[in-house]
Amino acid sequence: MADYRKMWEDLGMDLENHDNLCQVLPTAVGDVFLSQENRPKAMDFWDLVISEVHGIRPAELVEEQKKGRKVFGTFCVYVPDEVVIAANGIVTGLCGGSQFWVPDGEKVLPKSTCPLVKASVGARLGRTCPFFRIADMYVGETTCDAKKKAYEILGEDVPMHIMDVPQMKREKDILKWKDEIAKFAKKVEKFTGNEITTEKLAEAIRIVNEKRKALARVYECRKSACLPISGRDSLLMTQISFFDDPQRCAQMCNRLADELEERIRDGVSVVPEGTKRILVTGTPMAVPNWKLHNIIETSGGAVVCEEMCTGTRYFENLVDETQTTLDGQFMALAERYMKTNCACFTPNTGRIDDILRLAKEYQVDGVIDCSLKFCCLYDTEKYAVSRALKEAGIPVLSLETDYEDADAGQLRTRIGAFIEMLS
Amino acid sequence: MGVEHYVGIDIGSTCAKTVVMNGEGEILHRLLRPTGWSSVGTAASIREELEGLGIHASDSRVVSTGYGRASVPFADRQVTEITCHAKGACHIHGTQDLTVIDIGGQDTKLIAVERGQVTDFLMNDKCSAGTGRFLEVMANTLSVTPDQLCALAQRGGGASISSMCTVFAESEVIGLIGKGEKRENIAYAVVESIVLKVASQAGRLKLDQTVCLTGGLCGFDYLRSRLGRALHCEVISCADGRYAGAAGAALCALQTDR
Repeated sequence: MADYRKMWEDLGMDLENHDNLCQVLPTAVGDVFLSQENRPKAMDFWDLVISEVHGIRPAELVEEQKKGRKVFGTFCVYVPDEVVIAANGIVTGLCGGSQFWVPDGEKVLPKSTCPLVKASVGARLGRTCPFFRIADMYVGETTCDAKKKAYEILGEDVPMHIMDVPQMKREKDILKWKDEIAKFAKKVEKFTGNEITTEKLAEAIRIVNEKRKALARVYECRKSACLPISGRDSLLMTQISFFDDPQRCAQMCNRLADELEERIRDGVSVVPEGTKRILVTGTPMAVPNWKLHNIIETSGGAVVCEEMCTGTRYFENLVDETQTTLDGQFMALAERYMKTNCACFTPNTGRIDDILRLAKEYQVDGVIDCSLKFCCLYDTEKYAVSRALKEAGIPVLSLETDYEDADAGQLRTRIGAFIEMLS
Repeated sequence: MGVEHYVGIDIGSTCAKTVVMNGEGEILHRLLRPTGWSSVGTAASIREELEGLGIHASDSRVVSTGYGRASVPFADRQVTEITCHAKGACHIHGTQDLTVIDIGGQDTKLIAVERGQVTDFLMNDKCSAGTGRFLEVMANTLSVTPDQLCALAQRGGGASISSMCTVFAESEVIGLIGKGEKRENIAYAVVESIVLKVASQAGRLKLDQTVCLTGGLCGFDYLRSRLGRALHCEVISCADGRYAGAAGAALCALQTDR
């Protein structure tokens, strides 16, 4: 492993504490990923990236910053990467997925805040994540109350732009989102010093669409009765795609999809026959949160699809590429992003439709609806989700968890019993 | 030599239950011992006890279940306690449609079974509210056994405990003792607290079929009748109720073999 200590030091990180995190990650990666049998060879790229997750990509970002490019850190799939890319900026995801960061977050946030928000704030304030140090500007959004208030705290420490996500999906809400995108574009132009032209935005839209198509190709392979990739590996791919250069991401996902398509042709599956196919829905799973997938896939199940932000919500629906004016492009962006069905909207029946559709497309045996603790929105929506699934005759298990391992035994019993129930 | 015995071992948080069946599904032996501090040690003791009865792992099928199910090295297979309790309760009560309420040492399970298949289930969260442990802790505080607590409760009334958390509820009980509240009234409050917790969980499950209570508390008739009152239905139970998980595991062993 290359030595990144100098870089981490220059980024003002708490090296001593960061070492504690660096020590546990290889074990986790070994247990969750490397222990699997018959993995696709193309996973070597993501294995490398995750093995030096705080080194390789951060070092690239630092190099780009030296050339004058700006890095924007985001927390939500509603923030349009296209706008940043059009201004020659770089987007990186910032969501915290480890219990390691939670105590630092709890120094300023109520304990009854969702672990993702606590970890994200803790990663910044505890100075133990290079991505949180590197980002020149954070782009927040109003998708939940915990985030809104947390951004106020983060905004005292780092330049922050907030996008006001609508709460409903009426025509005027889509127009409002278009206006928010236009305002964000102005902000990005000013911050980067680069003008966003129709040509540049068209190219950015094309780049991100290509990335979406590549991710979708991998997911398409997971619909096959002969399952060529595990849920854990797919999740890792999706998680890393939030951090990677979008063009390399597309290239690597396409390379993986090539191999998976070949596996399907050759009848190569990663699971024994009779393994129960599970759709996981709910709140996002930020790196390195692999807890649920790992339990499911070591209890006789295989995760074949994620209806979540680290899943189908990230890549489904493309942006119209035919627009020739900035105004038309902003509208095309608004229309695409507003198709994403997040529980922050009311009503949000589109998500139920998505879950029912995906359950069919991915030939699932059951659905696990899991939300992070203290996420009132997704937790409340479980009622409607489970009712709709039961009506459709699809078994569903509702769970709530956080980043701690304390409930792993209980989860294992529930998930094990659910999978036995499907047999 | 063929398989002669089908053994189900249910290692719970408090007690380890073992049921031995013959090929006809008839219960030949029931063994009960405290789990103690080591599930592995308990499993070894169970093995010795079985061997004392002439039952050897080599000519048996063994399925383990319960919280310590991974600690039984001589088990052929592990099955979760949800599946086992459902199977066991159906077998014991001779029915295929049943809602099982299992109040165990550290968790409470509610399981809906239709035509012998689990169709839905709920478990309490991490916390021990509404479990056998809760009853045990409160009984200790009142210097009685859980049995005696239930007997006392039958004569009590009036008092209530508002906290769901075992630790806070214990403080409340101590507070009631300090105020000079009668012991039977405190016992009543303890039982009501468990009943209300279980009933609120049950609200999410359909209860239009026979409801049966299994687990360590199934012999406490007073608790069972209060539970029936809270759920607006009759709650049945039987002497073998605490062996439901182990019996279910033995049935799983029997089914694996067929």
